[in-house]
Amino acid sequence: MTTERITDVWGSRTPHGQATKWPDRVDSYLEDGVTSSDVDRWVQSACVLCSNGCGLDIAVKDGRMVGVRGREGDRVNHGRLGPKGLYGSTPWAHAEDRLTTPLIRNSDGELEETDWDTAMLAIVARSKQLLEEKGPLSHGFYTSGQLFLEEYYTLAVLGKAGLGTPHMDGNTRLCTATAAAALKESFGADGQPGSYADIEACDAMLLVGHNMPETQTVLWARVLDRVEGDDPPRIVCIDPRRTEVARAAERTGGVHLAPRVGTNLALLNGLAQQLLEHGWIDEDWVAEHTLGLDELRETVASSTPETVAETCDVDADDVRRAARVIGESNALLSTVLQGVYQSHQATAAACAVNNLHLLRGMIGRPGCGILQMNGQPTAQNNRECGADGDLPGFRNWDNPEHVRQLAQLWNVEEMTIPHWAPPTHAMQIFSYAETGSIGLLWISATNPAVSMPESARIRRILGGDQCFVVVQDLFLTETAELADVVLPAAGWGEKTGCFTNADRTVHLSEKAVEPPGDARSDLDIFLAYADAMRFADKDGNPLITWRGPEDAFAAWRAASKGRPCDYSGLSYDRLRGPSGLQWPVDEGHPDGTERLYTDGVFSTDTDYCETYGHDLLTGGTVTEQEHRAATPNGRAFLRTAAYTPPHEEPSDDYPLLYTTGRTVHHFHTRTKTGRSRPLDDAAPDAWVELSAPDAERLGVTEGDWVRVESPRGAIEVRARIGPVVEGAVFAPFHYGRWDPTGSAPDAEHRQANELTMTIWDPVSKQPCFKTAACRVTRTRAAQSAGEES
Amino acid sequence: MPHLATYVGLADRSEQTLAASLRAVGAGHARQADVFHTCNTLATMCDEHRRRLAPVVERYGEEPDVDEPERLHADGLGAVREGEIGLLRDLQDLHVLATLVQTTWTVIAQGAQGLRDHELLEIALASNEETSRQLSWLNTRMKMAAPQALIVAP
Repeated sequence: MTTERITDVWGSRTPHGQATKWPDRVDSYLEDGVTSSDVDRWVQSACVLCSNGCGLDIAVKDGRMVGVRGREGDRVNHGRLGPKGLYGSTPWAHAEDRLTTPLIRNSDGELEETDWDTAMLAIVARSKQLLEEKGPLSHGFYTSGQLFLEEYYTLAVLGKAGLGTPHMDGNTRLCTATAAAALKESFGADGQPGSYADIEACDAMLLVGHNMPETQTVLWARVLDRVEGDDPPRIVCIDPRRTEVARAAERTGGVHLAPRVGTNLALLNGLAQQLLEHGWIDEDWVAEHTLGLDELRETVASSTPETVAETCDVDADDVRRAARVIGESNALLSTVLQGVYQSHQATAAACAVNNLHLLRGMIGRPGCGILQMNGQPTAQNNRECGADGDLPGFRNWDNPEHVRQLAQLWNVEEMTIPHWAPPTHAMQIFSYAETGSIGLLWISATNPAVSMPESARIRRILGGDQCFVVVQDLFLTETAELADVVLPAAGWGEKTGCFTNADRTVHLSEKAVEPPGDARSDLDIFLAYADAMRFADKDGNPLITWRGPEDAFAAWRAASKGRPCDYSGLSYDRLRGPSGLQWPVDEGHPDGTERLYTDGVFSTDTDYCETYGHDLLTGGTVTEQEHRAATPNGRAFLRTAAYTPPHEEPSDDYPLLYTTGRTVHHFHTRTKTGRSRPLDDAAPDAWVELSAPDAERLGVTEGDWVRVESPRGAIEVRARIGPVVEGAVFAPFHYGRWDPTGSAPDAEHRQANELTMTIWDPVSKQPCFKTAACRVTRTRAAQSAGEES
Repeated sequence: MPHLATYVGLADRSEQTLAASLRAVGAGHARQADVFHTCNTLATMCDEHRRRLAPVVERYGEEPDVDEPERLHADGLGAVREGEIGLLRDLQDLHVLATLVQTTWTVIAQGAQGLRDHELLEIALASNEETSRQLSWLNTRMKMAAPQALIVAP
């Protein structure tokens, strides 16, 4: 079949007007030589190659996954699929380099093939030894945004009630921790208030640090169909690059603001200042449903358009115009992603977007949505189930009653559940592993050797003798190469489970084919460990009683009941219907819930909330007494902080700002997308993007090789001249040493995270990938001998 | 008002000591990136309190005529300690210093009210509030560091 979605990434337009249904369009792709009549069966699932969660069916022929087709009736995508979903969903599954047997490091220091019994015995021996010598705090788990709900919940239970370690986090810490933190700070609990259907209903959109056209292509197709239809929404784009969103902003009479990297909060506080100054606020609603207006007013008072213009290097009148678009809107939809989450003052800036909606009383109504987006397909489940260190069901680790509920559910002592300190975030886990304070680190479905900041340090930690490293994955990734034991995992389509997207839509993904060789599902691997460790409840019975995904799901339904993410009304049978369903699904909402907070009552009651909150500047925690004294009682918090300059600013030695991000044809470290020929051909190699004025100053022309250096490391890749703001350098973070063709000219020196810093947001603990200082030097011309263009 | 002057001087010096100690702990434990950056942020709060207090110090006179402050004055942290348990101990020392700062502001606020010194009262209340934020972070960070430092760390 043709691969036109490689170049035409959003597909043909189906324009329509405000408040009319988004038309259906079914996209499908079958691998070369396969026609639809060859397909033996279609198996229901949803896409895992971005966070959008498009419903799809997997084509199976002769026991192989050979293609995908969008599900027409699904509320998320109405049949559409993007380039990654179409061309990247299945080829990896039958790649020749799949892991099919466990590996163990031998006495020569080499990884060699072994069997499951030997591999598990080695893990269990180390685990028991550490428990005896040091106790449960010697164990750490670093997981993913790619596993299924059933797997996260199982991991959470074995970690929290079996071992009793607070050291568990996901790579969601790198992508959506700030989304969760901001939702908790403003509304009392995680959970996206809005719905993708708000795109049809809105009359204005604010996209902050969210390059939706490249990160969620199908969602952007949905926006484009509004942009090109009648009554398009006016778009405000905040992004240091002149992205497609910026162009759409100009086309719809909106505004593109390109702030200096690291100054999001200054700009957003400036927008709040304008709303207050012009009285574009819903006074009655704010008085009834929020707390903190006076403090907000005081904090943003000095953020006049002129001050903002100075700090952010934007035009003061553009700030006024953007505020006017928001202020005059009747239905505003905002979306936020890594440009905020991975940048300076992340949580405060994400909360500042929530504040704009709260000031305008625009939440819980059609068109009035906030999508604090996720970066990964199953990140939401990681957060719900507690595989990121939080307690399952958005419970508050600081609330003894919430801990008691879990202790009862699992029939363990309350003290077993690690709730006496904040859950340990990923960067801290690696720091403990660095000193050997954590002696067993178990990594599942993620590739921190490429994706974490300051790569050289991460490689040193994983490769050292101070910590025993277990990696379970589909392939021998750059991380797996450093492990002591490698476990071959089954992937999507090779196992059954559920996952939930960024607008709370739950999908069931059914097993379509058998995994290769001895590969096992992550659920089976975790259960095997739990069995071997004989984790028991306080009566001596097995702690984990489920054996397969459907009974794991039943256990999760019970754990989530009565909490904001209530799955109690869901079942696999319900999820086999035409469309995914949005949680909460319970007795009161049997068909799911399109929008949260429709009554303006938020999850902030002291006894119900997921957190008592934090000081956004320092991360200091608010105590229960302080929270109770504020009497939130269902009112939302207008949380604020003043702008402070980034941790690392350009200097004479490192005069440019370095920022990382994604490209449309790849996902993460390319484990799947790199094994799709069309996607790899479209973006085979790393590059850095320079602005035209910077390039001219440096004597760099398109395609030249450049060395980009920060105080921590360097890369040497080809340069592109692009729409990045002057003074900044953009590098895609997908590329590590691994290369599908084995012949990339820059494979040894192209990893964007060599340059990034070990620093994180004080509240969400999300690492800051977007603000480092760097210098660029041209090393050689575009074409040199023996080198392809 | 010799004793109020004494306390104004004490506030100035104890903020100075706290700032220097925060910077020392931040630099000494820079491997913990959040400690490094947050300690520096908190130290700038102290700097700002001193900057605002400077005209008041001038007004009340710099040379208190009693010996009392010598007994109240706390030494800052000269050298930081090593490792995870060292961090915990250093944070605890910072907490003690910040508590001295806070009670000093509390006492000054009482005096300022008695004298109807609005300028000093406003400075004392605002500084006190920020000292609470400093204490809150120190408390949070100690709670986070404690289990690992006490049970597992080498």
